[in-house]
Amino acid sequence: MIISLEHIEKTYGTGNNRVPVLHDVNLAVEEGEYIAIMGPSGSGKSTLMNILGYLDEPTAGVYRFDGADNAHAGDARMAAIRNEKIGFVFQSFHLMQRRRAWENVALPLLYGNVPRKERKERAEAALIAVGLQERMDFYPNQLSGGQCQRVAIARAMCTRPKLLLADEPTGALDSKAGQQIMDIFDTLHEQGMTIVMITHERAVAERAKRILYIYDGWLKEEPQE
Amino acid sequence: MLENIREAFDGIWSHKLRSALTMLGIIIGIASIIAISSTIMGTNEQIKQNLVGAGNNTVEVTLYQGDYPLDSSYQQVPEYVTVLTGDILPDITAIDEVEDASLYYRRDAYEMVWNGAERLNQGTIYGVDDRFMAVNGYVLRSGRGFLPEDFSACKKVALIDRAVSETLFLGESPVNKTVEISGEPYVVIGEFTQSSAFTPTITSINDYFTYTDHSGGKVLIPGTTWPTLFAYDQPASVMVRAGSTDEMTEAGKQTAAILNSTLTGSGDVQYKSKDLLEQAKKLQELSSATNRQLIWIASISLLVGGIGVMNIMLVSVTERTGEIGLKKALGAPKGRISGQFLTEAGVLTAIGGILGILVGVGLAYVVSRVSGVPIFISWYIVAATVVFSVVVGLFFGAVPAVQAARLNPIDALRRE
Repeated sequence: MIISLEHIEKTYGTGNNRVPVLHDVNLAVEEGEYIAIMGPSGSGKSTLMNILGYLDEPTAGVYRFDGADNAHAGDARMAAIRNEKIGFVFQSFHLMQRRRAWENVALPLLYGNVPRKERKERAEAALIAVGLQERMDFYPNQLSGGQCQRVAIARAMCTRPKLLLADEPTGALDSKAGQQIMDIFDTLHEQGMTIVMITHERAVAERAKRILYIYDGWLKEEPQE
Repeated sequence: MLENIREAFDGIWSHKLRSALTMLGIIIGIASIIAISSTIMGTNEQIKQNLVGAGNNTVEVTLYQGDYPLDSSYQQVPEYVTVLTGDILPDITAIDEVEDASLYYRRDAYEMVWNGAERLNQGTIYGVDDRFMAVNGYVLRSGRGFLPEDFSACKKVALIDRAVSETLFLGESPVNKTVEISGEPYVVIGEFTQSSAFTPTITSINDYFTYTDHSGGKVLIPGTTWPTLFAYDQPASVMVRAGSTDEMTEAGKQTAAILNSTLTGSGDVQYKSKDLLEQAKKLQELSSATNRQLIWIASISLLVGGIGVMNIMLVSVTERTGEIGLKKALGAPKGRISGQFLTEAGVLTAIGGILGILVGVGLAYVVSRVSGVPIFISWYIVAATVVFSVVVGLFFGAVPAVQAARLNPIDALRRE
């Protein structure tokens, strides 16, 4: 089991301003699973994603990732987990505009203290895997949205993570480019990658092998009528 | 680190105007510190050159009563002061720091030297030996110098300088004319002047008092003739020329020690060196003290520049929250994020510092051209200012850097 959430609660604010965002979330994800989480905006799905990705900590409950409970592990440890074991893909790509495609891909390797030569080789391999071998030296503003998202996927994958977290990966793309992204996710799933994806598009969610729903902070196995 | 520096230059370059304006504060601060310190040191160098005389490192060693020179024309000379003769000079020239030495008598020339109705109100009469002209760096303008027979035959001949010549002869050539010294007729055999290196400029009352007895007019007569004019047992003084300006103090002290060893008793009358270098230092301190306050004012402008850097770095952090959030998500630890902003602040101020040095050196050059103060750039100060500006950058960059590192990655990412 790669992800195990037990009674996760998340509340923002203090005192009278307390806003509960997640209620008693329990989730188990096996290695190699491909999960989509659906829910309307404000339902808490992004918060759940942030907790899964060690970008945020739960207020209560236990989160085990890859068998370890890393609560209160400290900034350096959290940063290392994000760097080595988790790949992120965001709706708005978050590429650095002043870096070439391969440099964007190699960025996490820089934080992992990988030698420069190896960084470039691994970045190129990751770009080839998403079909961008022709665009390695391009800057993000020379690429289409779909190509940008493929660069972002290559960036997420080049550290060979255990988990890919995707937050509305097709949200900013037209349907054709979205299809291409989903095809890449399918390929990654076939290769054994564990994927957790947030989306509000039913067609996208149905590409996953298991769909979960989140409403007002409650995680459900079935859609709400 | 390399990546940090690259990103710093990227950041600075992508906001050229903003970076330039931010640097301007640092540039002005550094430039004014450099310009002021150069002016201070230039002024000090000028004072030293004016007072001490570049290349003419003479020190006068004479009898003092307490802190003031003893004037034997009206003050009692104690019994324990023995008569000095030229025999002591070999001991003095044996001192490492002393290049040459001369034994002489001196006396205030007030109302003693006349040419008809013209009289010398201000000046000094010297009874000199054959080394005196050379030691002081005097050269003849016209006429001849003292010959051996002038000394051996105690001739009544005199050499006068330009000031005396102008006072007594009103611009006419004095050579072979006669002046009266203390009622005795003396033939002027020549006119002498300070060799070219010594060109004093008097710009303050302090300078004036330091110079008067040095440049007020000099009449030289053979030392052997002196006793016929004045008392036989008049105490003598010694003029020594040191090897370099910095050796003057030591040359004077050692000469005074040798002369004091001839005293047969002790009291408050002693030989002391009249150290112009010391006086120069006192004047330097005076001028430095006023100018040092200017450095403080310049430092305030550097402080303001530093605050400008902090301000712009805070803006930069706000602008780049998305980037910061992304880097955190990709696994950059806090230290890396704060390091990036610290580097940017450091690079910004370092560039400002280097430009400030260029502007400051230029300013110092302009000041030097306008005021005539020699330019004097201390590379030690330049290095210290660069280090200081980087320290300012790191200091004022620390707050924004820490703020960037503390950013919550989710907030940071969400904002885009």
